[in-house]
Amino acid sequence: MASHAHDDHEPTTTGPKVLATSTVSPKVRTIAVVRPSEQQVSYLAATKAGLGITLKHFAKNLFGRRRTVDQLNKGEHPVPTTAFQKALSVVSPVNDIETIQYPEEKAVYPERFRGLHRLMQRDDGQVRCVACMCCPTVCPAHCITIIPEQSDDNGIEKRPAVFEIDELRCVVCGLCVEACPCDAIRMDSSTHAKPVEERADAVMTKEKLIAVSKENGKNPTSIATQGGVGPNWRERG
Amino acid sequence: MDWLSNNIYAILDNPALKWLLLIMVMVMPLASLLTWAERRQSAMMQDRLGPNRANIGPIKLKGILHFVADAVKMISKEDFIPGSVHRGLFALAPILAIAPVLIAFAIIPFGPTIYPHSYTSTLDVLGLATDPAAKPFADSIRLQVASFDYGLLFYFAVLSIANYGGVVAGWASYNKWALLGGLRSSSQMMSYEVAMGLSLMGCFLLVGSLEPGFIVANGASSQMSGANPLNWLWLWQFPALILFMTAAIAETKRAPFDIPEGEPEIIGYFVEYSGMRWGLFFLAEFIEIVFISAVIATVFFGGWQVPFLDADGFRVGGYVTEINHQWVSTGGWVLKLPHAAVTALQLGAFGLKVILLAWFQLMIRWTLPRFRADQLMNLGWKVLLPCALGWTMLTALFKLCAIYLGWL
Ligand code: SF4
Ligand code: SF4
Repeated sequence: MASHAHDDHEPTTTGPKVLATSTVSPKVRTIAVVRPSEQQVSYLAATKAGLGITLKHFAKNLFGRRRTVDQLNKGEHPVPTTAFQKALSVVSPVNDIETIQYPEEKAVYPERFRGLHRLMQRDDGQVRCVACMCCPTVCPAHCITIIPEQSDDNGIEKRPAVFEIDELRCVVCGLCVEACPCDAIRMDSSTHAKPVEERADAVMTKEKLIAVSKENGKNPTSIATQGGVGPNWRERG
Repeated sequence: MDWLSNNIYAILDNPALKWLLLIMVMVMPLASLLTWAERRQSAMMQDRLGPNRANIGPIKLKGILHFVADAVKMISKEDFIPGSVHRGLFALAPILAIAPVLIAFAIIPFGPTIYPHSYTSTLDVLGLATDPAAKPFADSIRLQVASFDYGLLFYFAVLSIANYGGVVAGWASYNKWALLGGLRSSSQMMSYEVAMGLSLMGCFLLVGSLEPGFIVANGASSQMSGANPLNWLWLWQFPALILFMTAAIAETKRAPFDIPEGEPEIIGYFVEYSGMRWGLFFLAEFIEIVFISAVIATVFFGGWQVPFLDADGFRVGGYVTEINHQWVSTGGWVLKLPHAAVTALQLGAFGLKVILLAWFQLMIRWTLPRFRADQLMNLGWKVLLPCALGWTMLTALFKLCAIYLGWL
């Protein structure tokens, strides 16, 4: 039995027996492969061992316990209750099914998980975005469309008339959040873009983006300073 | 109506009807359920959950309905036919793959012979043995579509037609990968068919018949009842069981013998197929699993026999036999059961055996990785074939000695 091996290690004296070395590239060698002699004759022994492993898992998962999403979030394992489960847990203590049944069960996402975008609001409910065009400029997927308009609030210069993000094109890089100078766009909603039946439905309009905060129980306002004097910019001297 | 009630048993005994019932009631549901069971079982073996969500409203049934969803999907999918294919052969190939397997079910005895007139009472075994033409035994229905003398040879012959399914699909697709898959499948089938046929020769020698119904009724020796598990061939022909199972799994073209498919390499002979045409290839594989389970159950595990259940009830320690042209029952512990209950138990036993064996095949399929082509050929020609030949000769020698010593 011989086979070709390519590795970057220097040939060692203790390694596999080298049968031939390539003249073109000395790293390509033909080595002698030593396999257990039973395996050369029949695969029965290996099959038996393999079946033992898979059967163990099958039995454990069919009759055994299931790790709940709470335990998964806390890094705990279920406690075996029945005698059979106890016996199984001796054979294989962990390795429970860790599948999360998504819509019903949700794992806790890390704090910096980038979820669906949301547009923040000012204290009086106006959209925080000042249509500075930083985010559509930085967006590598070119999926943000903003049409600015003059704001009728004298304290504010511009606001977006149209603010759309095509969630199908978004690569969830988070650069728009980084670029925003006034904390108007965030991706901390801890949720995913909703499945849609038509591509057009995946385009989040300004209203939808504002509604994301409420839908996911997030505070739509920000404590970040806006206009240089904090949230109460109207009381500017 | 009169005509119908007079001829109802003759109609029920019609082979075509029995075949249709067998396919529709047992084979098709089992094969389609296997498509779901395979995914669930493999998930269980790999610490996953598997498909468990398909539902009709609140009815979820642990995801069993996935096979319905699959069927709906495949039927409603676009039936795409590439422009360069040979249309006739392209359409023929899936049928060639699935039809022989369905036909081969004709030889499987899936239940005992039913005597409708003694349905509510206990079957009179002695009376049946003495005078099979008597009134209570009239209109008997044999739960086997066709009992040929050449029995299992029919299976080998018909199933080798199924090989054309893969080859023709590969050829007609006008696609290099499909052609490679077709060639691989034909070479594999050809190698393993030899070993598969030969591995059962020992059983045929021992039983003295090729007819599966006969094998089930008598087991390894006619001295003991066919209902005795020690009389089933798995004990007497254990090496043959392993050889046959290996070759038979190779015949289904599934892992570890799935090089005709080889998803990461060539995708296989059905690479150009879509929708239900592909579904037929897929289903054919699962029907083959059911069929092979049925054959193994029939030949090695006593078919529809329930351990120690004779036609008239449970009987331990004795048997019904002929002594001096007189049929007698040699005592033992007997529990009489009505004929209907016996039949139901035996049908259930057959179903259970088939399901267990199908489960075992799925276990194998999700345990072993794929063989390399050269390993496959080595295993087929250098291991299975000589072993099958050797075992046949050993069995022949054993039988010769047994006859010489007067055991048989
Ligand atoms: S996350 Fe990245 S790709 Fe998505 S909208 Fe923001 S900048 Fe564009
Ligand atoms: S970067 Fe912020 S303020 Fe500027 S357009 Fe985008 S969301 Fe609006």
